[in-house]
Amino acid sequence: MIQKKLWIGLVIMALMVPLGIVIPEKFGAAGAWGEWSAETLSQMLGYLPDGLRRYAGLWNAPIGDYSVASDSDNTFVKSLSYIASGLIGAVIVGLCVFIISRTALRRE
Amino acid sequence: MHIPDGYLSPQTYIPMFAVTGTFWAVALRKLKKELSVKEIPYLTMASVFSFLIMMFNIPIPGGTTGHAVGAAIVATVLGPWTAVVAVSVVLIVQAIVFGDGGITAIGANCFNMAILMPFVSSWVFRLVRGKSSDGARLSAAAFLSGYAGLLASALATAVEMGIQPIIAAAPDGTPLYAPYPLSVTIPAIALWHMFLLCIVEGMLTMLLFRYFYKHEPKGLYWANSSVVGGGRT
Repeated sequence: MIQKKLWIGLVIMALMVPLGIVIPEKFGAAGAWGEWSAETLSQMLGYLPDGLRRYAGLWNAPIGDYSVASDSDNTFVKSLSYIASGLIGAVIVGLCVFIISRTALRRE
Repeated sequence: MHIPDGYLSPQTYIPMFAVTGTFWAVALRKLKKELSVKEIPYLTMASVFSFLIMMFNIPIPGGTTGHAVGAAIVATVLGPWTAVVAVSVVLIVQAIVFGDGGITAIGANCFNMAILMPFVSSWVFRLVRGKSSDGARLSAAAFLSGYAGLLASALATAVEMGIQPIIAAAPDGTPLYAPYPLSVTIPAIALWHMFLLCIVEGMLTMLLFRYFYKHEPKGLYWANSSVVGGGRT
C-alpha cells in the first residue's frame, strides 16, 4: 500500500531533520541570505532601515527559528528540539490541510 | 527565501496579498469542485512533505543556507492548484508558528513559493514531456520542472527585495526596507539556487516522480493523460 509507505517515509524524514542544522553548522553556515534579524542587519549596514524598525517586532512567533533550545545547549538537545518543532509543525500543517479539505468537501 | 517582516514596503506587500488572495480564492474553488475523499491523505502528505523538506537547510558558500521547497513534485503529482493550497498552508504556519517569513510578507512568500513555483514547474514539465511517455524523457521533465520552478521562485524573491531601495527610500536616499539593490539580490539569491539548490529540487522531484510513476501511474496529475496538454482541467 503506497499510502502507508509514504507516511513511513515522512516519519523517517521528520526524524532526519537535524541534518538540516548539523550540516550547515559544520560548514559555518547560518541562516539564509536576506533573512537577517533587525540586529544583524543593523550591524551589517551600520543603521537600521526604518521599515525594519517598525515591522520587525510585529509578531512574536511561539517557536522562533524552529527551536525551543537555547544557543548554549549542545547539538543533541538542539537536534531533539528541532525534531520536536518538525513534528509540531507537521501536525499543525496536516490538521490545517485536513480541515480545509473537509470543509471543501462539504458542498452546498 | 522566506522574506521577513520589514523587508518589503507596503506598496509591495499589499499588492502581493491581492494577487495571492486571488489565487487562493480560485484554488479553493477548484478544491471544492474536484477534491475527492481519497485524495485528502495525499494532499495532507504533500503539505507535511513540503514543511519537512524546508527544514533541511543546505549550506551554500558565503556562510548562508538554502533549502528545497517541494512544490514541484506536489504540482506534478497533484496538480498546480492543489500545490497552491498545500504549500500556502505550510508557509502560513511557518510564519505564524515559527517566525520563518514575515506576517506582512505572507502574500509575497506564498506567491513566490506556493504559486509561481508550482505553475512554472507544471508548465516546464508539460513542455519537456510533450506527448512522450518515454521514461528518460519523463525523468528529464521532472528534473527540469523542479529546477525551473525553484529558480523562478528565487528570482521573484530577489526582484521583490531588490526593488525596495528604488521604490521605498527616505528623501536622502536611505533605503527604508530591504537595503540591497537588484545588482546584489539577484546574484546573492538566484546564483546559488542555480548552482546548487535548484539541482537538489530537480533531483528530488525526479526521484519522487519516478517512484510515483512506478507505483501509482494512474494517480498522477500530468503523467497519465494521453491528451495533449495533459491533466484534468
